[in-house]
Amino acid sequence: MISFQKAGFSYGIGPILEGIDLSLAPGSFHFLTGPSGSGKTTFLKLCYLALRPSEGRMLAFGAPVEELDREGITRARRRIGIVHQDCQFLDHLTLVENVGLPLRVLGRPEESYVDDLADLLSWVGLEERGEALPPELSGGERQRAALARAVIGSPDLVLADEPTGNLDWEMGQRILRLLIELNRLGKTILVATHDLNLIRAAKSQVEARVLRISRGRILTAGAAL
Amino acid sequence: MTRAEITRLVTGDREADGVVPATGFSALMVGFSSAAMAFLAVAAICLGLAAARLADRWSTEFAHAATVRISGPSAELDARVSAALELLEATPGIVSARALTEGEQRALLTPWLGEGIPFDALPVPRLIEVIESAAGPDRDSLRQRLAGEVPGAIYDDHSRWRRPLLRAAGGMQMLAVVAVTLVVLLMAVMVMLAARSSLAANQSVILTLRLIGAGDAFIMRAFVRRFTLRALAGGLAGTVLALIVLFALPGAGREDAFITGLTPTGWGWLMMPLVPFTAAFAAFWSTRWATRYALRQVL
Repeated sequence: MISFQKAGFSYGIGPILEGIDLSLAPGSFHFLTGPSGSGKTTFLKLCYLALRPSEGRMLAFGAPVEELDREGITRARRRIGIVHQDCQFLDHLTLVENVGLPLRVLGRPEESYVDDLADLLSWVGLEERGEALPPELSGGERQRAALARAVIGSPDLVLADEPTGNLDWEMGQRILRLLIELNRLGKTILVATHDLNLIRAAKSQVEARVLRISRGRILTAGAAL
Repeated sequence: MTRAEITRLVTGDREADGVVPATGFSALMVGFSSAAMAFLAVAAICLGLAAARLADRWSTEFAHAATVRISGPSAELDARVSAALELLEATPGIVSARALTEGEQRALLTPWLGEGIPFDALPVPRLIEVIESAAGPDRDSLRQRLAGEVPGAIYDDHSRWRRPLLRAAGGMQMLAVVAVTLVVLLMAVMVMLAARSSLAANQSVILTLRLIGAGDAFIMRAFVRRFTLRALAGGLAGTVLALIVLFALPGAGREDAFITGLTPTGWGWLMMPLVPFTAAFAAFWSTRWATRYALRQVL
């Protein structure tokens, strides 16, 4: 799905990431952990093609990233659902409109996905909040809405950047359960988090690989989490 | 620009419309700049048209008018006037010749000499008002014949004072053309800057749309139509407001004709709809360009 071969990234003043050799296989579940500023977000940006590796090779859905033009990147990105920590909603649109946005930008008329939208909001427990504007939502509601938006286009890969960072334990568990459900539906999941308790809780429910960023390198973490 | 893009611009784009926030300072800025610049553009155009009309009036109204001035002893003046009138009426290129009455001459001189002046005691020359045909008479020959047959008669076709007036009117016209050109260019630049600034304020919208899989064409459509319509609406408001103000200017008599003549006439009206459309055109291209530039900043 996404694979890196000796890939690295630098903003020009020393490498942020280097020697990355890994692949996100279809249907796999990964946690990416490491201290703040270690490069977790940079790695996620590489995964959703907001950045290109400055060295090595990266394949996105089988295509070398360096050969993708803007249209190619757009097509690849439509196979990726992204949950940002700050959610990145358009505040003037309602929750329903925000969640439906990935289909709207494809030119699909609302009538064609209104039922899917209702199912999805029900799945994340926001069926009563459809007409609310993003600023009116709580942190947990925003994260669940962001997850709904990430998956409405039925992506192959879901990337989540600190999806439970601002949430209490119970809400964090709820988000985790949704991600695990998605994984059971065959989606590849990559969650960047520094919350080790979340990772421990997940490992009892799903077979997850833990990637740890240390000094710019991504290592597969052992069992001692 | 494709036909489909033009159709979507005119009829609307259900998916892309509404993705860009409709309210806020940046939204107001494009509309307000467009309205303000349209107001100034209309005012400049109307001033230019008025200057052109003034120049036209000066050049046409006095172009075919002339005066014969006859001086001499009071006792001979009537006879000389009659002789001059006979000569003028027989001259090809003269449409009419009419001696001014004593009352008319007095009215002409009173503003200069004041009331109560003993008019009869002054050696005031008699005046004949002459209207020439479009081709006009052979003026040199007419002057020679008048000098020979009517002593003290001088034919004045006003060219001496009309020429600098026409030069001034021509200068005003040129100035108006330059002013209109500059204002219209400035309008385009202002709308462009406002659109770019508004676009910068919406950078996060561009980023979000791009990350959820929107293509460049969709994002451009979302911004271009919104900003073009804002500029058009602002331009229309500015144009209508300017015309209302011009119509509301106090009317007056002929001596104030330049002021009262500021509202456009005839084909001048055709220029008015061009103003908001120029604003919309500037917004359209600048938003396209600025959106493309903004998109280049993100993958």
